[in-house]
Amino acid sequence: MSVGPGQFMLARLDDVARWAQSSSVWPLTMGLACCAIEMMTVTSAEYDIARLGSEVFRSSPRQADLMIVSGRVAQKMGPVVKRLYDQMADPKWVISMGACASSGGMFDNYAVIQGVDTIIPVDVYVPGCPPTPDGLLYAVNLIQQQIRQGGRGGIVAKA
Amino acid sequence: MSVYAKPLSADIVSRTDNTMVLSMGPQHPSTHGVLQIVLEIDSENVVEADPEIGYLHTGIEKTAEGLFWTQAQTAIERMDYLAPESNSLCYALAVEKLLGITDRIPPRAQIVRVLIAELTRIASHCVWLGTHGIDLGAISVFFYCFDLRENILDFQEAAGGARMHPNYVRIGGLNGDLPDGSLSRLDALIAKFPGRMRELRGLLQANPIFQDRTIDVGYLSPDDAIQYGVTGPSLRGSGVAYDVRRAYPYCGYESYDFDIPTRVEGDAYARFLVRLDEMEQSMRIVEQARRRLDTPGPVMIDDTKVALPPKETIALSMEALIHHFKVISEGFRVPPGDVYQSVEGPRGELGYYIVSNGENRPYRVRTRPPSMYNLQALKCIAPGNLIADLVVMIGSLDPVFGEVDR
Repeated sequence: MSVGPGQFMLARLDDVARWAQSSSVWPLTMGLACCAIEMMTVTSAEYDIARLGSEVFRSSPRQADLMIVSGRVAQKMGPVVKRLYDQMADPKWVISMGACASSGGMFDNYAVIQGVDTIIPVDVYVPGCPPTPDGLLYAVNLIQQQIRQGGRGGIVAKA
Repeated sequence: MSVYAKPLSADIVSRTDNTMVLSMGPQHPSTHGVLQIVLEIDSENVVEADPEIGYLHTGIEKTAEGLFWTQAQTAIERMDYLAPESNSLCYALAVEKLLGITDRIPPRAQIVRVLIAELTRIASHCVWLGTHGIDLGAISVFFYCFDLRENILDFQEAAGGARMHPNYVRIGGLNGDLPDGSLSRLDALIAKFPGRMRELRGLLQANPIFQDRTIDVGYLSPDDAIQYGVTGPSLRGSGVAYDVRRAYPYCGYESYDFDIPTRVEGDAYARFLVRLDEMEQSMRIVEQARRRLDTPGPVMIDDTKVALPPKETIALSMEALIHHFKVISEGFRVPPGDVYQSVEGPRGELGYYIVSNGENRPYRVRTRPPSMYNLQALKCIAPGNLIADLVVMIGSLDPVFGEVDR
């Protein structure tokens, strides 16, 4: 579709805003454990998350749209994760990456919060220990889909 | 100050000089994980840096007590997530020592263990170098490093079935032999490595910005290093040639020909050079191990009390079926006693002190994580430096928080 000189296009402002929003989902630089290494790997040349417009990892929660909870959330880290989520500006999305973040995983014990969804709302869960970078890319895709369709809520990224 | 930070001591609060207290972390792009540092600063100079750890405490040691000896390895692999196979190798060696089967591990298994341990070291140093570069603003190093790491992970995935935590090294040997085609994959990796190392050195080693940021930053004297229990490349960067592979050989390391790179400068640049040299030495060991892999052989101990019987015998032999059932359903028992075993992980001396009371589960698994001891040295090297140099110092000590907090 191309628009020549003297022509114009009509679109709903909502759709344009959603298209723009979904093409620039900026994640927060928050690495917790093993999954954080795979989260770094998606920015590398082989996986290249820049194709989705999400390569801009922001260090400040004020500038981020997406929180990737990458790893086990320890009891001591829980309040920090909650506070970072609260500091992010609306609208915001959350990916729970890996078994530990989604459900506590293999660490069913005193130290690990049994699923980050007990403290913050999660939009997409990615299974795996750790998930492959492809799995995380797919999850970002699903987030984009959610943004375009305007829906929210716990989807499992079955890769 | 944040309510999550540790309470300040009374003498800091009551001070009247010009210092202020700043909390760095636990969410910070350059702390390499969830480290909080309570900093006392005088304008831009660090007066005191106090690492606050525990933000990733997972209770792995406690979890391991509730699992069978073999299952516990799965949890233990998740400690040092940059070098999972070093963890499982050390744990397997310790349990084998307790079982008294150290001499009966097939030689091919030991060769593949050495191969995997050294490849893991290279992969771990790749992550370290990439992130260290990013901390200093050298972004492109990251892409070169992760490309090399990807090749190693592909090899691991083919061998063990998973990219990061393959659980390939098992008590008694290996999970299985290397699959078809992995040796040619390894040959390609060996052929690619020298060129990639030249590129990495070319990007950083003589780079004046990198040298300005790292030379004379974070000086650690050999005496301090030994007093803090620092091991690995951080210790060798201070001129102490201590390497577990040479001092207490395991898996037949005494039969491999390799050097232990050391530097006497003790600064961040020296630690950088030691790690780069170490990657090349690791590749030397990989090449030697590769040459020994041409002869086939078993990779798991021939003892059905510890290892599963071969799959093809299960349908034919009642005894094999019973052994299979027993090992799967209730594990194996380890004679009572305690043992300490250490290996040279990518970050230093990684040790396991394991106590058994004769059950099918470990009574206690105590880790000696090199990162934790290395990180303590930060308190010693940080004062007097600029805040901007703090990220260089953290990067040059290469802590992994899965291991520090466990």
